[in-house]
Amino acid sequence: MSDHSDNEEDDDYRYGIDLDDDEYDVRPTVILMGLKRSGKTSIRKVVFQKMSPNETMFVESTPRITKDRICSSFINFETIEFPGQMSPFDSELDARATFKTCGALLFIIDAQSDYNDAMTTVADYFVEAWKINKAIKFEVFVHKADGLTEESRVETKFHIYHAVREMIKDKLEYNQENVDSITITYHLTSIYDHSIFEAFSKVVQNLVKQLPTLERLLDIFNQGSNVTKSFLFDIVSKIYVATDSEPVEMNIYELCCDMIDVTLDISSIYGSGDNKQPFDDSSAAIIRLRSEQVLFLRQINKHLALVYIMKEEHFDKQGYIDYNFMCFKEGIEKVFLMKNKNGIRDS
Amino acid sequence: MATKRKVLLMGKSGSGKTSMRSIIFANYIARDCNRLGPTIEVEHAHVRFLGNLVLHLWDCGGQESFMENFLVSQKDQIFKNVQVLIYVFDVESREFDKDLRYYQSCLEALLQNSPQAQVFCLIHKMDLIQDQDRDDTFKRRESDVLRYSELAARQHANQRANAVCQCFKSSIWDETLYKAWSAIVYKLVPNVNKMEEKLRKFGQILEADEVIMFERATFLVIAHAELREHKDLHRFEKVSNIIKQFKLSCSKMGSKLDSIQVKNANFTAIIDGFTPNTYVMVVLPDGNCSATTTLLNIKSAKKHFELLEQQQ
Repeated sequence: MSDHSDNEEDDDYRYGIDLDDDEYDVRPTVILMGLKRSGKTSIRKVVFQKMSPNETMFVESTPRITKDRICSSFINFETIEFPGQMSPFDSELDARATFKTCGALLFIIDAQSDYNDAMTTVADYFVEAWKINKAIKFEVFVHKADGLTEESRVETKFHIYHAVREMIKDKLEYNQENVDSITITYHLTSIYDHSIFEAFSKVVQNLVKQLPTLERLLDIFNQGSNVTKSFLFDIVSKIYVATDSEPVEMNIYELCCDMIDVTLDISSIYGSGDNKQPFDDSSAAIIRLRSEQVLFLRQINKHLALVYIMKEEHFDKQGYIDYNFMCFKEGIEKVFLMKNKNGIRDS
Repeated sequence: MATKRKVLLMGKSGSGKTSMRSIIFANYIARDCNRLGPTIEVEHAHVRFLGNLVLHLWDCGGQESFMENFLVSQKDQIFKNVQVLIYVFDVESREFDKDLRYYQSCLEALLQNSPQAQVFCLIHKMDLIQDQDRDDTFKRRESDVLRYSELAARQHANQRANAVCQCFKSSIWDETLYKAWSAIVYKLVPNVNKMEEKLRKFGQILEADEVIMFERATFLVIAHAELREHKDLHRFEKVSNIIKQFKLSCSKMGSKLDSIQVKNANFTAIIDGFTPNTYVMVVLPDGNCSATTTLLNIKSAKKHFELLEQQQ
């Protein structure tokens, strides 16, 4: 991160698109915070290390401030965990450095516990972080929602939203600032279903400045190839970085997630070992369903894959879909390479 | 003509018998199993497996009063004509000794009434044990179980030399469940050897690394041919688990799985419907071979395997 100079704070992030030189590989950093036992480590293990949710029972609590980095994924992900009453804004810690490079700040609230303390902490931390870096995207995960009934989920989220807003309002008005200058997004999440991946996808999409271009590219690809729905996935985390402009149907998204699992799991059994990676240049998968739908997965680069679904009747000319895909892949590469070039010149 | 096999599922109450039956045969997902209530007396289930093989599952409630009944008044009814006994132990059980004594009584009753029966023991709920302790715990439990099997068999030495069973560790949360059940089913399918021989020939023609045959509904492995050595010994149950999970996701959106192709630079794997009761998976050693040709070959081999299945 040493090359991350100050003049970039209001500028773009650069993405690691198959650059061998990792020095230029500066990707958005996401910081994860929350009170004790709110589920930070579990989330990290489930989303980024493919731990199965029921195994998180054995995850031990993180004893001290822990910084952890995940670099095998499209996004650069850092978790900072603060036990008990220790604040990240303590004078001994370099809060400025931490939050200057922060893209998104996630705060996890355990919805099944008494969350009054958590709400005060959210308000405190967010205001402090906002003073350091006004570009941070603030997100609250109302976590462990699986234990709540359908109605109380919405109620809890609503309650937290209002309480936190009031607290932030008090703090900001003291400094003559408007409460709306801090926008916070709330997500209901659980590691036992796809909601955690969905929420993370939204967080990451917020950080991808090229999102409109990517969406446009996906739209063009869909039209040209008669594809129903397409997602650009980060393979490691099953987060979708972008999708086309059609609305996302949750069950299609889940099926695409599961397809990535199938592809990676089978590839790691039969197509890896002896320094061979399960996910490589020619990774691809086709799954046909009885409902006359076909799912496709194609590799874009070492982090990303395109997953798309189409009607079987349109899958008669594989040649031109292949060609469209090649064009799409080139397009994606150009989008990110351009960013990289600009970024290098700027700094 | 359908062949009926009587399969007894026994074990302490709450050890997970109905959960595992529901996952394997009724497409439950592991998470939903906490909705299952306790089994009262005996629940019967007929499972058509491989077309003309019917498994008649007796899911026996594990509460003590039922157990006493099974062992005394209903002894003949329960233990007659049994082909397989599957006994489930809860690895975390606080009264493991008591469980073992019940197991011994059941085994004695079984040996009296159906001396030819096969016995499988599952040490279940292994997921509750920390990863590093799993092997040790399992070994300890297994040796206990084997000791009691020996005790039960001693009195029936003239009928059967050895009732010592096979032990499996299992958990509904990972692929170990499939390993255990595949081994059980493997013993039940007639003609397995002939099937594997044909499968090997088929694999040779395709120049494949591996050919695996799955039962259609449960995705348990019934036969496989390994043409090139593979170092992962647990791959079959892993694949079963992976595909079964995906099948369930498909059914969630009201669809069904038809076929899967996965490839990278080093391999191509094709999973496709085979005979009316099976799926087949062909693993080829190259990422660039033609999937269409392989699919065509699978199609033309179908007839032969269908015939083989009907002969049973």
